[in-house]
Amino acid sequence: MQRIGVFVCHCGSNIAATVDVKKVAEMALMEPGVVHAEDYQYMCSEAGQAKIQAAIQEKNLTGIVVCSCSPRMHETTFRNAAQRAGLNPYMVEIANIREHCSWIHKDMEEATKKAVILMRAAIAKVNLNTPLKPGESRVTKRALVIGGGIAGIQTALDIADAGYKVDIVEKTPSIGGRMSQLDKTFPTLDCSACILTPKMVEANAHENITIYTYSEVEKVSGFVGDFVVDIRKKARSVNMDKCTGCGVCQEKCPSKKTPSEFNRGLNTRSAIYTPFAQAIPNVPVIDRENCIKFKTGKCGVCAKVCQAGAIEYDQQDEIITEKYGAIVVATGFDMIKLDNYDEYAYSQSKDIVTSLELERIMNAAGPTKGHLERLSDGKAPKEMVFIQCVGSRCADNRGKSYCSKICCMYTAKHAMLIRDKYPDVNVTVFYIDVRTPGKNFDEFYRRAVEDYGVNYIKGQVGKVIPQPGGKLLVRGVDLIDNKQILKEADMVVLAAAIEPNPDVRKIATMLTASIDTNNFLTEAHAKLRPVESPTAGIFLSGVCQGPKDIPETVSQAGAAAVKAIGLLAKDKLMTNPCTAHSDELLCNGCSQCANVCPYGAISYEDRLVNDHGIRETRRIAVVNNALCQGCGACTVTCPSGAMDLQGFSNRQILAEVDAICQ
Amino acid sequence: MSTVNKQAEQIKEISGVNPLKCMKCGKCSASCPSYNEMDIKPHQFVSYVVNEDIESLVQSKSLWKCLSCFACVERCPRDVKPGKLIDAARQIVVRQRDQDYLSPNEIPELLDPDVPQQLLVSAFRRYRR
Amino acid sequence: MKYSYYPGCTLKNKAKDLDAYARASARALGFELEEIETWQCCGGVYPLGTDEIATKLSSVRALNDAREKGQDLVTVCSACHHVIKRVNDDMKHVEDIQTRANNYLQLDEPYTGETRVLHYLEVLRDVVGFDELKKKVVNPLKGKKIGAYYGCLLLRPSSIMGFDNPENPKILEDFIRAIGAEPVLYPYRNECCGGYISLKEKEMAKNLCHDIVESAEGFGAEMLITACPLCMYNLKKSTDEKLPVVYFTELLAEALGVKDEAEELMKHAVDATWGDTGCEACAKGVENA
Repeated sequence: MQRIGVFVCHCGSNIAATVDVKKVAEMALMEPGVVHAEDYQYMCSEAGQAKIQAAIQEKNLTGIVVCSCSPRMHETTFRNAAQRAGLNPYMVEIANIREHCSWIHKDMEEATKKAVILMRAAIAKVNLNTPLKPGESRVTKRALVIGGGIAGIQTALDIADAGYKVDIVEKTPSIGGRMSQLDKTFPTLDCSACILTPKMVEANAHENITIYTYSEVEKVSGFVGDFVVDIRKKARSVNMDKCTGCGVCQEKCPSKKTPSEFNRGLNTRSAIYTPFAQAIPNVPVIDRENCIKFKTGKCGVCAKVCQAGAIEYDQQDEIITEKYGAIVVATGFDMIKLDNYDEYAYSQSKDIVTSLELERIMNAAGPTKGHLERLSDGKAPKEMVFIQCVGSRCADNRGKSYCSKICCMYTAKHAMLIRDKYPDVNVTVFYIDVRTPGKNFDEFYRRAVEDYGVNYIKGQVGKVIPQPGGKLLVRGVDLIDNKQILKEADMVVLAAAIEPNPDVRKIATMLTASIDTNNFLTEAHAKLRPVESPTAGIFLSGVCQGPKDIPETVSQAGAAAVKAIGLLAKDKLMTNPCTAHSDELLCNGCSQCANVCPYGAISYEDRLVNDHGIRETRRIAVVNNALCQGCGACTVTCPSGAMDLQGFSNRQILAEVDAICQ
Repeated sequence: MSTVNKQAEQIKEISGVNPLKCMKCGKCSASCPSYNEMDIKPHQFVSYVVNEDIESLVQSKSLWKCLSCFACVERCPRDVKPGKLIDAARQIVVRQRDQDYLSPNEIPELLDPDVPQQLLVSAFRRYRR
Repeated sequence: MKYSYYPGCTLKNKAKDLDAYARASARALGFELEEIETWQCCGGVYPLGTDEIATKLSSVRALNDAREKGQDLVTVCSACHHVIKRVNDDMKHVEDIQTRANNYLQLDEPYTGETRVLHYLEVLRDVVGFDELKKKVVNPLKGKKIGAYYGCLLLRPSSIMGFDNPENPKILEDFIRAIGAEPVLYPYRNECCGGYISLKEKEMAKNLCHDIVESAEGFGAEMLITACPLCMYNLKKSTDEKLPVVYFTELLAEALGVKDEAEELMKHAVDATWGDTGCEACAKGVENA
């Protein structure tokens, strides 16, 4: 028989205001095995933990139940406290009477009743607990960064500077990401390329960094400290060692009609291409879908003009398998498609552009060589209208529910740059709110209004109406003057919402990292663990976790690096002892458990068993404890009850159910 | 519950709209083809209901200027759809005795030989109990 | 293919042509419009109030009639289509309306939105197919530059109407191409014509229609087409008939070579409410009966 102590936490008023904690403690004493029960204001505090430790020693407790918050919050705290008092940490169970009870109920009587039931279940379980011992696993001293934008580059540089090897996997032919598409950056207006390219070069030259561009993560197995990753290096059709980056192939390529991804489709590129002049690596790829040689077999101009003999049409995709201790996701974002917002006529006029397209138009290396002009007729605009919140802050199913965070600032930036370079152009911004929290941010926006004369109108636009002459009629509202406004414009710029890179879903699934309804990766704790995924060993960098600007991205990239370094610095990791095992006498080798195991931890072996005197060779499920994460999927699938999970055995779970149904 | 409060609740109930979802972007007013004819503008309908100033609403000529074109319903990013609030306020008026906006006696002078039946039917539905 | 057909009051009177052209064209295209015998007026506007039941019942009756025959319900008039489609959606998804309407109607089997409601244009697009329609055209309307006028009721709210992209629709443009003419895109094609406001406030409707017509003409339209008798009325009043406005079914009948047949049909139709008499032959027929 166990000797169990029950500790009921008030959590200040979080629990005590809704649950009668004294009553819960009283009721505990009536449960089988309970020899001690008490309540306290803050169980997690130093004094609270001391109470638990004192009781363990004074009353020779063999099991503990803490009625408090979610185990995700303080299970480790209480297990560590118990261990310090000489008790096996796995003899501690948490009854969650906060998130599951006090926070969601209003009626004290009802909530108290429920708290007692939750406590009873935990006691029933502890009665069946056995001491468990964690194992150890090794740590591969190498990190993988998925995504080669500013977030990925910064994380990789920080990890590499700490002395660890890092690989960057980037889907496109060059690292650089969205930041490389930007013209200037807020709030200081320095040139984006000028501050980004040195970092790209540094990453490329760093002895600890390997960059795989035009590559994608294809498969991930293993676990924290010991991930095994397959990387598909897509056939570049150009030998990276031989190519000198002279660019002649791109010049001579006869297939020049593919929309340039880098310039957002505003102009075209050749089939053999580097996305932009400062690309790293400065080695082109052949886009096989648009290459004449690949489509018809007839061409081969690039091979003919290449002095270095670097063109290799027969190159194949290559799979690289590498082991990593930590993985950082830095997959970034894209702008939403505007199909759902045809009232802004984006699909109906070339002179209605997104903000990212405007970045390219403003950029000296862009499709108009940096001249601000209408893409329909090349004329210089005189009236420009910016529309904010296109697809952001939407509660309907057309757009995104969140604020994209960066649009207010980049719109102020665009407005100012235009007024500075083209003082005769009038700029109007339709806004709902101007959101500029951040150092020197509001001052930046105010400069647009006060020093540059940008006309800010509070109110949304209802429709952009292309006119027969090519002008655009903007119908908006001025909520301050309470007037509907019809404004003729030459160009309209839409601050389209940003969304996580669509590939992130696939990657999150491979990593078993959780993702929210908006496809942003979920952090382990919104406030206290913002750069870690709940999945051990997976860290988050940049917009894949939530909208953020460059300074924030760089900060988070550094933080993610530190977390990864902290992991890589360890030689060994403790493993979770709550893993599955199969009873060889009950297992019938049906494979159902292996089919549902998300970690590939179950295999089969033919084993000689002695079943009550009958000796025979049977096909038996075997769990690799290093891979098993203790999710329990196998135990509920097993038709013969052979699979069981340590720490969450079938008997323990049923005892909890019995206690609840009592 | 006061009468005023009750009427505000009634409008919310008839319209099925939760005005608290409004973020005051004004896209409704920016889309409204009758905006210039209205004394209380589409976006203001939301705050009148929130502030329970129903008296002003039911006296507003906007009730009779809304075309039910559903532009605001279509474009509202917050699922508030002020057109529904306007319609609910109109319902409150026409459901009262002798508050019809159109009387059969007026019809002959409004008719011309081309008037489609649809126009009369619709107007009767809109303007009368 | 046989459809339950809901003509509505205007198509029996002022918009007989809209109806006759639709029926004649349907025959030419190989589908049949079987008029729901007991149809009652839809009310012209969809009652937005969540507590409105009585005003929705006539639509439910028609929908139930179609269900009993196992047919999809087809409409031509935009207003009827709007009302019936939305009431059907209520009957499918709004439990309160479903219960109360059924309690009132006491049908053999409660109606819960089973009938599919199609606009005539949707039949052309989704059942006949515009490519197929093109093949059946005998008089392609070559060289005609036509602006499609959608108005509000077919498109909005798109979440329920599901007719086309509400801000940039193309079904009528595809239709125009199918009958051999050239569509003219103009941004006011989904702006409101004023609707019922034209009864009491003629100026307002006139101003709204003015913008529509000006935009269409600006982009080169020589003619407008519509599916709605009220839009037709408002547009015509505003243009002083300078820019022709016709029903889409008229052009369809013309392209299919059945316009004369349709006009013959119209002569025989009986005017139900406005007091005109039908043709003599029919009047006699009635007497003899």
